[in-house]
Amino acid sequence: MIAARDIRVVLDGRTVLDGVDLSVGAGEFVGLIGVNGAGKTTLLRVLLRALRPTSGSVVESTRRRVGYLPQKVALDPDTPLRAWDVVALGIDGGRLGVPVRGRRFRERVDRILDAVGATPFADQRIGELSGGQQQRVLLAHALVGEPRLLLLDEPLANLDPASAHDVVALLDRLRRDTGVAIVMTAHDVNLLLPVMDRIVYLAHGRAATGTPDEVVRDDVLSRLYGRAIHVVRASGRVLVLAGDDPADGIHHVDSLPPGAGVR
Amino acid sequence: MTGSVDPLAAFFASPTVHAALIVGGFVSVVAGIVGVFVVVRGQSFAGHALADLGAVGGSGAFLIGIDQVAGFVGAGIIAALLMEIVGIRRIQGRDIATGIVFALGLGLTALFLYWDTTTGSTGNAAISVLFGSLFVIDQSVVPVIVVLSIIALLLIGAVYRWLLMDSLDPDLAAARGVPVRLTGIVFLIALALAVELSSLSIGAILSTALLIGPAATALQFTRRFGPALVASAGLALASTWIGCLISFESYYWAGRSDNWPVSFCIVALIFIAYVTTRIARGLSRRRLAAAPVEA
Repeated sequence: MIAARDIRVVLDGRTVLDGVDLSVGAGEFVGLIGVNGAGKTTLLRVLLRALRPTSGSVVESTRRRVGYLPQKVALDPDTPLRAWDVVALGIDGGRLGVPVRGRRFRERVDRILDAVGATPFADQRIGELSGGQQQRVLLAHALVGEPRLLLLDEPLANLDPASAHDVVALLDRLRRDTGVAIVMTAHDVNLLLPVMDRIVYLAHGRAATGTPDEVVRDDVLSRLYGRAIHVVRASGRVLVLAGDDPADGIHHVDSLPPGAGVR
Repeated sequence: MTGSVDPLAAFFASPTVHAALIVGGFVSVVAGIVGVFVVVRGQSFAGHALADLGAVGGSGAFLIGIDQVAGFVGAGIIAALLMEIVGIRRIQGRDIATGIVFALGLGLTALFLYWDTTTGSTGNAAISVLFGSLFVIDQSVVPVIVVLSIIALLLIGAVYRWLLMDSLDPDLAAARGVPVRLTGIVFLIALALAVELSSLSIGAILSTALLIGPAATALQFTRRFGPALVASAGLALASTWIGCLISFESYYWAGRSDNWPVSFCIVALIFIAYVTTRIARGLSRRRLAAAPVEA
């Protein structure tokens, strides 16, 4: 569906990504994992073709049917675009001319709004909605065009644990039913562990790629971070910890403050 | 009526008024529609810039004896393309350097207008360029203005959904296959046409009022994009036509030498409409906020 080879991105003299490979086939679920500032959004924007990498190549066969979910949109509350309009643009936003939308078009929009639970605020301006509500609307926007590739930027960030679980279940069902390929970023690996076919673990612009079992391991992550990392499995969850002695003076890598890296 | 002339009949019989209503009508609809996109995209800054730089062309046109329409529109399009090459976001981020360049534009305008008044027969060039007058528009340029207005509307209509997508989020637009840069260029050209045509009609200094005022008013009370465009265009049109009427009729009550400039009448109406909707919206919000307490 899409394959990126040896991606290197330098922004304002800073190397954001360095030699990252990634390929996704139909129906596959790939997670981009890492702390804030690790380069997840940058890699997603490269796949989206919104950012040209400094070197490396992207080959895709999606015929432009890509659904994208940004973390949030920065819009003035007065902007006269309702949630409904945003979803409608997911179908015809790429077309020229002034829209003429029939009954079947409107029903299609209504159905997808219902599927993501956004019907109650479909008539409100997008800029007036909360972060979680905006995310549902933007997810509907990404899904309504029946994409072959979904690129999702932190779709779970503004959701409570139950809603986050629902969204992951919805995406998992979707890729099985429709064969859509999914690439999504997350800073916590746990919610995605049951569904991910492959993981791209990013740190300091470099990546470790493979199945979760191949990547979420002491030796692989230690090499990636350049210092001792311990992966602790407890009650079905994974904790990624930094420090020489896992029992003493350890830091939970997943919960480090933005841009802190590993101490 | 004490006079022998019916003021209203005189208004509708005058060929000058016909030209003013046609030009004012087309220009205000263009400004009203483009203005909504300007407000939503946060590009009122670009509108200002195009007015300042267009005035250089407008005042220079008098000097070298070419048509004022060509001066304004030519300078506006060149300025728009330069802004696209340098990058609007970068221009907005460097306010001081940008402010100095625009001040130079106004300085050149001042120089050209000075030469206009000292060298030629165009004594009223300053008033015409800076404050405009629909009642002195040369009838021969009416078709040109109508055609340019229609071109601006066709450009906006062609990239309508691309503009909405790009305003929502440029990356989202790219994902939908929207050529984001081309969209920006087409919009800047439409904006340049709207600003320069407004400058011709009500002057370079007041053109921003026609561009932003009706749009800002319409966005106070509409939740959907299509109706916002219709409301904004309608408000701009009503302000312009009623402004023409008031200015023309003021001749009968204020006397020939004291009649109110048409540009003033139009801008005053735009301002009144904006303030009225602001107050009405404030009141209805207060009533909404107060309602649960009363219940």
